[in-house]
Amino acid sequence: MTYGKQIFLTAAAVVLLAFVPVFAEASVVDKITTLFIYMLLATTWNLMAGYAGLVSVGQQAFFGLGGYFALRLVDGGFSAYPALLAGAVGAAFMAWVASFYLLRLKEGEFAIGTWVFAEVIRIFVMLDPLIQGETGTSLIALNAVDPELRRSIAYWFTLASLAGMALAMSVMLHSHVGMAARAIGDDDEAAASLGVRVLRTRQAIFVLASLGAALAGVAWLGSAITYLPRSNFGVQWSVVMLFMVLVGGLRSGPGPYVGAFILFALQEFIGHLGAWYLGGLGAAAAFCALFLPQGLWSVMHSIWTKTFHRKSSRRFITALTKRTTS
Amino acid sequence: MIEALISGLLLGGFYAILAAGLSMMFGVMKIINLAHGDLAILGAYGVIALTTRTEMSPWLSLCIVLPVMALLGVLLQRWLFARTLRAGILLPLLVTFGLGAVLQNGLYGVFGSEAQSLSNSLGDLAWENWQLPGGIIVGKLPVITFAIAVLVLTGLQFMLSFTKLGRSIRAASSDAEAAALCGMDAHRVHQAAAAIAVVLAGLAGTLLAMQATVSPYGGPTLLIQAFEAVVIGGIGSLWGTLIGGIILGIAQSMGALWDPQGFQLAGHLLFFVVLGARLWRQHRHQIGRPSLSTLFKLRLKKVRRA
Repeated sequence: MTYGKQIFLTAAAVVLLAFVPVFAEASVVDKITTLFIYMLLATTWNLMAGYAGLVSVGQQAFFGLGGYFALRLVDGGFSAYPALLAGAVGAAFMAWVASFYLLRLKEGEFAIGTWVFAEVIRIFVMLDPLIQGETGTSLIALNAVDPELRRSIAYWFTLASLAGMALAMSVMLHSHVGMAARAIGDDDEAAASLGVRVLRTRQAIFVLASLGAALAGVAWLGSAITYLPRSNFGVQWSVVMLFMVLVGGLRSGPGPYVGAFILFALQEFIGHLGAWYLGGLGAAAAFCALFLPQGLWSVMHSIWTKTFHRKSSRRFITALTKRTTS
Repeated sequence: MIEALISGLLLGGFYAILAAGLSMMFGVMKIINLAHGDLAILGAYGVIALTTRTEMSPWLSLCIVLPVMALLGVLLQRWLFARTLRAGILLPLLVTFGLGAVLQNGLYGVFGSEAQSLSNSLGDLAWENWQLPGGIIVGKLPVITFAIAVLVLTGLQFMLSFTKLGRSIRAASSDAEAAALCGMDAHRVHQAAAAIAVVLAGLAGTLLAMQATVSPYGGPTLLIQAFEAVVIGGIGSLWGTLIGGIILGIAQSMGALWDPQGFQLAGHLLFFVVLGARLWRQHRHQIGRPSLSTLFKLRLKKVRRA
């Protein structure tokens, strides 16, 4: 499939999906919104870990911060929906500022550094009287909107964010940034010695990925309305992102979507098990990292090609052997 | 104020035990075990469960749990960490983070969300204290913890300096390939290091449960604090972890004077400042400029000449 064809098909799918709230039940719309939020988190985390080699355990910082900025803006007189969007952009700006420091940390230091950063942001947010510490608050302004409309807007907002991020990521990965990122992912020191601007490239990727996390955060706030610092800044978001990306397939385009879908299905069926379910996610992620480094997507893909393209692959192999023997 | 200083200092001992294990694993295997804090909590829960079931002294059950923790360390190394070592730098982080999630939620599933403590089984020791001149009160338990920390670090230092295992551990941390070429059994050294690290984590967790409470999701905080102590004290130095722990503890108790949230916040901010200063020095070094301390010395010389 060519690049243009891919974009055309994705755009067609997005337009079709936009009509879902018109005919689907309320609970279905809510669930698909959750699925889209998971997809947003998974794809952006994959962009960082898969393409730039940045294992962050602190993306919840931007997830929570987007919501906090939106609440602050609404408190300052903004209307709710522009505030949500502005909150996400504000969080991405904070990611840009923080990136000058955080991206100089290496591997494990970076992982724990981002985690500590998320904790610091959470503590500062909890010190704000508006949030009322542990109690949290809610986006009361949204209660004025008709619930039916609110649900649809949350859905469209998440869909638009997901599509926008997918487009931005694909444009980025097809540009010189993507090429540089691939070089860095293989060996950052070698890339730097060849003249790749490592910090700039990582910065672009980090800020874009953080924008994705922030969009997911404000979408979450827009559909849940309540804001609890402990859960919005919770490290469980990182567990979930790790699971989706590792199970779906690190460094692959469709992998994170598959992972998000699996997470969503698991939550539907065994989510009521609570802690055991979350522990199982951690175990599955570790298992996939060890034994299925390419993720389930590549397994599915290879089974697909084996069953349906056997002839063509056989032809390919005979052509290859002919060429090597002659 | 002085009381906060002293309690911060004593807290440093606890951090040192926790951080020494993390530092040991990082030194030998070059992995940061993101489940270190959760292993500490696991050890604490092991001691709590044994103490409440059998009604024996917590110290005695600690003596039973620690060998089990050592075995757990060996098994984790053999089955999990050894596999991650072969493939790059990302894998150990991802796998230990997953392990942490398993431990946290497993403990939650078995013991429930309630915070638990060993202070009830300690009898009078839990609240006994010494009165210093000037009306300063120092709890006996924090002092004992600090003494244990010094003892443990001294023991580790002796082991590293004078035993065969210690020599191999030092060799593995300075140059693993050269050590392997000299006939060192890397697997055994790694297993020993993992066992020591997990035992230290279990000890630290139990000491925490004696002084305060532990809860299933408390591991990440412990990991962060241990890492902060390691970074503040300087990576790869045993006594550095004690100094880092003490500085971290003092900063935290000073922060707590300002606001209950300040306890964690002060530690985090100090960590970022120390790490930032180190990065800044590296940066100056890389671009070929003298470090700030050298600049300061040069300036002093100029002033003296003038």
